Amino acid sequence: MSTAPPPFGAFVAAGASVGRLVVQPRMGFSDPGAMRDGLTRTKAATATTVGTLTIDSYTRVGDLTAARDAVAEGARLNGYPIATHPRAVTRSLLDAVMDDGFPVQVRHGSSRPEAIIRALTAAGLDATEGGPVSYCLPYGRTPLRESVASWARGCELLADGARPGGVPHLESFGGCLLGQLCPPGLLVAMSVLECVFFARYGLRSVSLSYAQQTDRAQDEEAVRALRRLAGEFLPAGVDHHVVLYTYMGVYPRTEQGATRLLESSARLAVRAGAQRLLVKTTAEALRIPTVEENVRALETAAAAAALAGSPPSPGEGPGAGPGADADSEVYQEARTLVETVLGLHTDPSRALLMAFERGLLDVPFCLHPDNAGRSRSFIDPAGRLRWSRTGSMPIRPDAGADATELTASGLLTALNHVAERYDRAAAPQPVG
Amino acid sequence: MKILLSGTASDSHTWNLVYLGLFLEELGHEVTNLGPCVTPELLVASCRRHSPDLVVLSSVNGHGYRDGLAAVERLRAEPATAALPVVIGGKLGVAGCRQEADVTALLRAGCDAVFGDGDLDALREFLAARDRDRVAT
Repeated sequence: MSTAPPPFGAFVAAGASVGRLVVQPRMGFSDPGAMRDGLTRTKAATATTVGTLTIDSYTRVGDLTAARDAVAEGARLNGYPIATHPRAVTRSLLDAVMDDGFPVQVRHGSSRPEAIIRALTAAGLDATEGGPVSYCLPYGRTPLRESVASWARGCELLADGARPGGVPHLESFGGCLLGQLCPPGLLVAMSVLECVFFARYGLRSVSLSYAQQTDRAQDEEAVRALRRLAGEFLPAGVDHHVVLYTYMGVYPRTEQGATRLLESSARLAVRAGAQRLLVKTTAEALRIPTVEENVRALETAAAAAALAGSPPSPGEGPGAGPGADADSEVYQEARTLVETVLGLHTDPSRALLMAFERGLLDVPFCLHPDNAGRSRSFIDPAGRLRWSRTGSMPIRPDAGADATELTASGLLTALNHVAERYDRAAAPQPVG
Repeated sequence: MKILLSGTASDSHTWNLVYLGLFLEELGHEVTNLGPCVTPELLVASCRRHSPDLVVLSSVNGHGYRDGLAAVERLRAEPATAALPVVIGGKLGVAGCRQEADVTALLRAGCDAVFGDGDLDALREFLAARDRDRVAT
């Protein structure tokens, strides 16, 4: 590294202070040369960017032998095997690109993150992503108890393993969960709860995530609720910002539809005060995107954000801006969930486990054995995401909930709702 | 039929499994949905426990060919599951298109069918043919 990278949180705050939304790809290649190329071109994009090392699925599930074998055979992996490539390889790949204008975050998805955190700190990195619930329940089968214990150790490793002068950063993936069809109240609550957990285990810089859902106004309420609740529940002195994810569900298939959805997320970030955006590309519905497609997505998002004006500065209250609704439905629901969970036990590890045991947190459509699986959501006729069943959660289902049994085609319609709306809008309209 | 539905070892995706679970149930089958990240060992153990008539593997993370091959090889190596019908489908590679060499390898290793991404008609036809065979025998 030519110059030490600034702390991740400070870099994002600096962007916000000059009215720039920080944009970031999801990008990972097994080959170090391809990975370096991806980072270099992310850095060179006409946008304020941070780089991403997305880790491959074998490393994510802790199967380092499979990752090593695949590298030895020259097979293409779906990410960078950070715990398999020698440390010197990772260091030299970063050496070429990471500097005071370009921090790099490691993204992985592991419910047992220690090996990845050891590898990233050894390579001089100190920003990553995850969480004891959000990297466990939705996508795997690790018992929640093990993930919570593992993430507590992972947080301590990250907090202690930083280079001198560094401020390690951890982002909660809680605002994504299964990616789509989760009503925002639960997503917001999960991000807040995981960041409280991170702070408890030593992190002083965190970000709270939210993934764009089906309705613009509801999404704005969610981002504002996240900013307000972060201020209310995180310990004083913990640096934090909100990161938005461009729609994580089934993506539009047309180039125009995909581009418009990306642009709408950039505008949402600016209007509601998220300071960083994870972008999606026009290839998303088809395959793993190329570097070119990622760079184009970064530049498209940055341009849309610039046209949308300046994000609210960190000093501005979450209620600032037009259409602000500080006591929104999303805020109320998220606050109820956070208070209920934190009220269970003073130790956030215990509180999270108790909450899932009792079904006080219950992720819809999640197949994990430690999830009660009694909640269900639906998209109402106006396009807003709502609860049809809430199980034992301390919130009520929507009064107008459709009680009919969910069918495969009904689920498919809901999963494709956003993609089809944007693809339809992109299609040439018949005349007359 | 009793169908064991499963993700593959390194694949964390779930929506494909939630959807396929409903789809197979509506066709009249009894489904056990194992969820994501199922290792070959867990798959074999689950087959022993549930005695399904068919295993349906679904993968979208780009490692489907590789993980699917390990899964089917393991099923074929165990006497209890050596003859159990197995099909696989989804987005199986990182390239976004069907890799014929990989399809051949999966079939040679013992897969009864390999379906393309979203090819539910082919899956439905395969199941109907199986049902007819079962009635005939």
